[in-house]
Amino acid sequence: MTQNIKVEKTVTINKSPEELYRFWHDFENLPRFMKHLKAVEVKDAKRSHWITSGPLGGSVEWDADITEDQENELIAWKSIDGADVNHSGSIHFKPASHGSNSAAPNANRGTQVKVVMAYNPPAGAIGDAIAKLFGEAPEQQLGDDLRRFKMLMETGEIATTEGQPQGQ
Amino acid sequence: MKALCWHGTKDVRVETVPDPKIINPRDAIVKITSTAICGSDLHLYDGWNPTMQKGDILGHEFMGEVVELGSGVKNVKKGDRVVVPFTIACGSCFFCQRTLWSLCDNSNPNAWMAEAEMGYSPSGLFGYSHLTGGYAGGQAEYARVPFADVGLFKIPDGLSDEQVLFLTDVFPTGYMAAENCDIQPGDTVAIWGCGPVGQFAIRSAYMLGAERVIAIDLVPERLQMAKDGGAEVLDITEVEVGEALKEMTGGIGPDSVMDAVGMEAHGFGLEGFYDRVKQAARMETDRPNVLRQAIVACRKGGTVSVPGVYTGFVDKIPMGAFMNKGLTMKTGQTHIHRYLHPLTERIQNGEIDPTFLVTHRLPLEQAPHAYEIFKHKQDNCIKVVLKPGQVA
Ligand SMILES: NC(=O)c1ccc[n+]([C@@H]2O[C@H](COP(=O)([O-])OP(=O)(O)OC[C@H]3O[C@@H](n4cnc5c(N)ncnc54)[C@H](O)[C@@H]3O)[C@@H](O)[C@H]2O)c1
Ligand SMILES: [Zn+2]
Ligand SMILES: [Zn+2]
Repeated sequence: MTQNIKVEKTVTINKSPEELYRFWHDFENLPRFMKHLKAVEVKDAKRSHWITSGPLGGSVEWDADITEDQENELIAWKSIDGADVNHSGSIHFKPASHGSNSAAPNANRGTQVKVVMAYNPPAGAIGDAIAKLFGEAPEQQLGDDLRRFKMLMETGEIATTEGQPQGQ
Repeated sequence: MKALCWHGTKDVRVETVPDPKIINPRDAIVKITSTAICGSDLHLYDGWNPTMQKGDILGHEFMGEVVELGSGVKNVKKGDRVVVPFTIACGSCFFCQRTLWSLCDNSNPNAWMAEAEMGYSPSGLFGYSHLTGGYAGGQAEYARVPFADVGLFKIPDGLSDEQVLFLTDVFPTGYMAAENCDIQPGDTVAIWGCGPVGQFAIRSAYMLGAERVIAIDLVPERLQMAKDGGAEVLDITEVEVGEALKEMTGGIGPDSVMDAVGMEAHGFGLEGFYDRVKQAARMETDRPNVLRQAIVACRKGGTVSVPGVYTGFVDKIPMGAFMNKGLTMKTGQTHIHRYLHPLTERIQNGEIDPTFLVTHRLPLEQAPHAYEIFKHKQDNCIKVVLKPGQVA
């Protein structure tokens, strides 16, 4: 059985909408913080090719097009017709400034970033595998991906302990 | 390298493990020359933190020499002598920019774990369970320090290891706890716990203008050290603390109270029994009898400062007393980075000599023994400094 998966999450990042928009707009950056994405290849201003890890160490691939693009505000994309995976996503950037006094110490918090992702896997074995991949705690997956995005943008790296020593 | 690894409740072992290496650009590797055992380590030793894993390297109070640097660390050089704050902070998030270093948004890779319990995650900490990142600690010969460009503090010439080692935690922790008392000239501060945190809190309270400090504990040599720091002392095995405090303050109560004991406080009588049973049955994670006492003892409109560590849930907090007396509570893991410069200056000025605290100096190999004597207050143990690389 396959099912539609749709999740959305918001995170506040201490950077300007311009910086965040520019980084995300180059989809080839996405695998740096999205765990399941192996690679994205940008083909032209509109089209890109996405590769995610798939079942049994394999991978699933599809082409996607940018469907909406408003500088520093919004990017939306969608897999092309006939792709193995029916995927769409969007990211929205909104300055996170509160109150009328922009000089107040807590007024400027950077940018509120909202991401919406949807997967509509086809019927059949691939579909099941994809549903499994994206369907396990999809909220947490997106949350973790966005936390890594925030770390990368705010600190230039992603905090980790992988590779550190440990006793037996 | 050699490192002290946690294996279970009251089971820590010095083992040979791989040397740490640079993982991220802002990392540094420090060769450790001195490293201390903290009251906070005892909570892990005693098995109260469910997110410890076998093999975790303990220790969060360490200093030494920079031996390797990631490409992103420009403000220190190989060979520099440094102290390492126990809180890990990125320097660029909302919280770091407001000097709330222990609340850094970006240093806990396991933030999701903390969020499940607390809503939002505090910063990563060295050697302090997977809830706060699972970072390998500094009771070892070497440690990897993330965000080294923000955390590493270069020690001015002429200061010995033991003069600056406690800048990593307990001196700033006692100092911030005293700041959190909101001390006004003429104030009386009552401090529960004469461990290392309490000792620095006593001395800091005087630096911040307290008129009187009353220190409370049950271990004679710790009470003596508190007296040496200028405090009047109360032994909980000899007096009813609340009554004694009332009497000593002319019936008013202390202007501020501090819980420098935390979740493993000794309790007596029925109340102590109640907490022990509940904690053992995991119905309550922490035993808060000091916190209860402190809230009730505080004068009306006073401040409750809580440097003592709690990890989960406590029971029977006298919220009625807290609310109706109009109290304020301030707490948190210490924002260590904030205090490095100013407290180093106080050491250089001779306002305080932190070496008073050290009772034991041992090679790293003897760490398991050191945990035992520190926990059971044997051999008058108050603070152990471990020396990696020194022959056992
Ligand atoms: N907030 C922070 O950033 C921070 C940093 C370091 C330590 N801590 C915490 O501070 C606390 C103290 O640390 P420490 O290194 O001084 O530990 P410690 O274990 O050496 O000291 C605790 C002291 O409390 C005394 N005590 C126990 N029960 C008591 C009671 N009912 N009444 C009065 N005294 C009692 C003990 O005899 C002991 O002297 C611990 O909870 C530790 O985890 C917090
Ligand atoms: Zn400590
Ligand atoms: Zn930060």
